[in-house]
Amino acid sequence: MVFTVSLYASLIIFFLGLIYRGGTWFQREAGFYGQKMSASERFFSALKSMLAVIFSAKIVRLLQAFVLDVLLQRKILKESVLRWAMHMLIFWGFILLLFMHALGRIVTDALFSNYEPTLNPYFFLRDMFGLMVLAGVVVAVIRRFFLKIPRLMTNSMDKYAIGILAVIILSGFLLAGLKITSKTEFSNMADEYAGWLSDEELQALESYWVSDHGLVSSDVTRPFEADVLQQGKQAHESYCAYCHAPAQSAFASYSTGKVLSPAAGAMDRAGFVGILWYIHFLSCFIGLAYLPFSKMLHIFSTPVTIMANAVMDEKKSKPENVATRQIIELDACTHCCTCSLYCSAMMGYEARQNTYILPSEKIAPLKALAAGRDLDEAETRAILEGIYLCTNCDRCTVVCPSGINLRQLWLNAREKLLQQGPAEPLVLSQLSFVRGLNRKKTPADSYPLPLEKADNAVSVKYRPLLDPERSIDLTPPAADRQQASGFENTFSYCFGCQNCSTVCPVVGNYEDPQVQLGLLPHQIMCSLGLGLTETAMGAKMIWDCLTCYQCQEHCPQNVKVTDILYELKYMAVAGVDEGRQNHDQAGGLR
Amino acid sequence: MMRYSFFIGCQIPSRVPQYETAARAVLKKFGVELADIRQFNCCGYPMRNVDKKAFLLSSVKNLALSENQGLDMLVLCNCCFGALKNAEHIMAEKGPLQDEVLGKIREMGLDYQGKTRIRHYLSVLYHDTGIAAIKKQLHKTYKELNIAVQYGCHALRPSTVTQFDDPVAPSLFDELVAATGAKSVDWTNKLECCGAPLIGTNDALSADLFSRKLEAAKKAEADFFCTSCPYCQIQFDTVQQMLVEDNAGQKPLPSILFPQLLGLSMNIDSQTLGLGANKLDISKIESYLSKDKE
Repeated sequence: MVFTVSLYASLIIFFLGLIYRGGTWFQREAGFYGQKMSASERFFSALKSMLAVIFSAKIVRLLQAFVLDVLLQRKILKESVLRWAMHMLIFWGFILLLFMHALGRIVTDALFSNYEPTLNPYFFLRDMFGLMVLAGVVVAVIRRFFLKIPRLMTNSMDKYAIGILAVIILSGFLLAGLKITSKTEFSNMADEYAGWLSDEELQALESYWVSDHGLVSSDVTRPFEADVLQQGKQAHESYCAYCHAPAQSAFASYSTGKVLSPAAGAMDRAGFVGILWYIHFLSCFIGLAYLPFSKMLHIFSTPVTIMANAVMDEKKSKPENVATRQIIELDACTHCCTCSLYCSAMMGYEARQNTYILPSEKIAPLKALAAGRDLDEAETRAILEGIYLCTNCDRCTVVCPSGINLRQLWLNAREKLLQQGPAEPLVLSQLSFVRGLNRKKTPADSYPLPLEKADNAVSVKYRPLLDPERSIDLTPPAADRQQASGFENTFSYCFGCQNCSTVCPVVGNYEDPQVQLGLLPHQIMCSLGLGLTETAMGAKMIWDCLTCYQCQEHCPQNVKVTDILYELKYMAVAGVDEGRQNHDQAGGLR
Repeated sequence: MMRYSFFIGCQIPSRVPQYETAARAVLKKFGVELADIRQFNCCGYPMRNVDKKAFLLSSVKNLALSENQGLDMLVLCNCCFGALKNAEHIMAEKGPLQDEVLGKIREMGLDYQGKTRIRHYLSVLYHDTGIAAIKKQLHKTYKELNIAVQYGCHALRPSTVTQFDDPVAPSLFDELVAATGAKSVDWTNKLECCGAPLIGTNDALSADLFSRKLEAAKKAEADFFCTSCPYCQIQFDTVQQMLVEDNAGQKPLPSILFPQLLGLSMNIDSQTLGLGANKLDISKIESYLSKDKE
C-alpha cells in the first residue's frame, strides 16, 4: 500500500516538477538578446526549428551527437579516462538497473518471457549493474572529498547527487543480502510455493538452503547429513529452482549476506528486511520526485544541450531559440568544474578570491538572476566582476562535457548585467576587447553605458580637482598617501622636457588634447611632483593610455611614465573598492 | 634541436587560430620543437590595467610552469611577450607583492627562480635560425611586394625590459620580411601602436589611431600590412573590415601574419597557413610569388 501510494505520489511530483522546469525554459532569460519574447513565441519557434532539423540533413549530426556525446560521452573521455570511467559506470549501471530491475515487470518481462529477478542472467546482472554504480560513486567521492584538486568545487547539489545514489545502491545490496539470509523470507516463500512438503522434507530443504544458498537459520544445525542435503536438493529442484538461480550468482549481495551472517538472525527477527525495503524504495521515489529540482535534472537537460549545440549555428540561430537553449544550458551544468580547471583567468580568482570568476561558479548566480531573484548589491557586484574577468579564450566552451556553449552564454549574460548592474571598473581594461569587437551587436545607445558608469566610478572623486576654475591646493599631502605599494616615484627625476607628451600618439591624435585628456603625461608627472596625486588620478589620460611605452622609452631621465600611469589606475580602482567596502560596512543596501 | 614551451595566450586560439597553425608549421621546418603545456593560462596583460596582483600571478604562473619542465618559453603574441617580460622584471626586485606572488605559486606546488628565458618567435628565427638558413628553405620568393611591417609596441618597448631590438630603429622584423623577397617599406608612424589596447574602452580613439596608420601605409604604397601580434592583426583585419563596412568607398589594406607570409614562400599549403581565415581577403598575396629564387 505504502509502496503504491508513494510511487504515484513521487511520479506526480516528478511530472509536475518537469513541467515546471520545462516551463521556465521558455519563460526565463539568462541574458541580453535585443528583444523581449513571449513564452509561447519561444515554444513554437523552438518546435519549428526542431522539426526543421529532424527533417533535414542535420539529423545525422544530431544522431552522431547523441551516440558519441550522450551515450558514449567522448567529451569526458577527452579530459580524463578516470572521470569518463566513473561517469560511464554510474550512467550505464543506473540506466540498466532502471530498465532491467526497477521496471523489470514492465520492460524485461515484455522482452524476455521467463523473467524472474532471481533467475540468471538477471540475478547476476542486477548485482553487476549495482556494483558499477557503486564503483562510480566511490570514484566520485574520492575525487570530490579526498583528492585535493584545485578549483574543483563541491556544493550541496553535488553531495545530494552522490548521496542519493549511494543510499539507493547500498540499501539495495543490504536488502538483497539480508533477504538471502532471512529465515522469515524463506518461511514465507516455503509456505507459498512448497506447501505440499512434509515437515521432514521442509527441514531438508531448509538445510539445503543454509548449506548452499546463504540462508541463516537457527532451526537447523550443521553438520548436515549427505542424504538430508540430497533430499533438500530434490525439493529445491521441484519447488524452487524454477525461479531461483543459485544465490551465489548475486555475488555481491551474497557476500553482503555472508558478512552479515553473524547478526543476520537477530536482524531478521527485528524486521530489518522490511526496514531496508522501505529505505530502498523510498530513496528511489524521493530521488524520482526530487529529480527535477536537483542536479539529476541534467539527465534530460544535458542531452538536449549537447544535441542542440551540435546543430545550432551561432550565426544563424534565432535569438529566441538561443534564449531558450541558454536556460536549458543552465540546467545542463553538472558542476563537474572542468571549465574552472582550465580557465585562463584562474589566477584572477587566486588574486581576488572571488569565486564567481571561475566559470563553474557563474552558473548558479546566473540561474538566480534568470529566476528574477533579487540579490544584494555586494553580491551583484561580485557576480558582475566574476562574469567580466574573462579573457574570452573559449577554453571553457571547448572542454565542457555537457556541450554548453559557454562562450555565448557569458556574452549574453554579461551584457545584461553590464547594463542593469553597478559600475564595473574592469571594463576599463583590455578585458573589454571582445565587447568592442562585437559592438555592432549591442544597440548604439546602450553600448557606452557601462564605460560611462565605470569611468564615473574611478574618477568621480578626482576629476573635479581638474576644474580649471579651481585653485590648486599645494598643502603637502600626508606622507602615507605617497607610499602606495610598489609606486616607484621616478617622477621626481622629471625635468619637464615634455618628450613624453610629444611622442604620445594619444596626445598627438587631438587638436586640443588637454580638453580631451585632462592632463598630458608631462603634466601628470609635474602634478605628482607637486604632491597632487589625486588630481593626477582624475585625468582621463590615464585611462586613454595605450600602454605603448613610447613615453617611458623616450624619457631622458628614466622616468617610468607608463608604469606610473599604471599605478595611478590601481590607486583609482582601489579608491572604488574602498568606497564600496565602507558603503557595505556602513550598512549599505543589504 | 631547440625545444621551447609554446605560449600562445588567449587571443590566438579563439580569434586568430591560423596564426598558431602557420607558426607551428614554419617553426617545425626550422627544427624548433614546441612543447604544449596545457595548464598555461592568460599572461595577465588584460588584467594589468586594473589589478597588478592578478597580472603578476597570471604571468608568473606561466613562467613557473615552464620552469618546472626546464623549458624556455617561445611566445607568439607581442602583448603576451611584453607582459611576461615585465612580470619577470618586476619579480627580479624584492618587495611584499613579489613575496605574496611567490607564496601563492609555491602553494600550487610550483616555483619560480627567474630561470625561464622568454623569447619572441621572431627573435628565435632571426638570431637562432638566421636569415641564411631561412633563405635556404624558401621555394619561391616574392617579387615587387611592398610590405608595411608592424612591429607593435610591447616587444619593442620598454627596451630595457624587453631587449627585443633597437627601439628607435629596429630591423629584425624588416630583415625577416626582406628575406622572403618582399620589400619592407618605410612608412611614417611605423613604430606606433596599432590602437588595439583601446578597443572596447575608447573605440573612437582606437579607430582614429588605426586610420592614421592606414593612411601612412597607403601613402608608402604598401600592398599588405605584416603583423607579429594577434592584437595588431585583429585591429588591421577584423576592425578594418568593420570600418570598411561603415565607409563603403574605402579600399582596405589587407594584413598578413608573418608565418603566413614566410610559410607561403616555403611552400607550406594554404590550408595550414589559414590564408582563407583572415577577414580581409589576402589571396592576392600568391600573385606576388615568383618561381625564380633570388
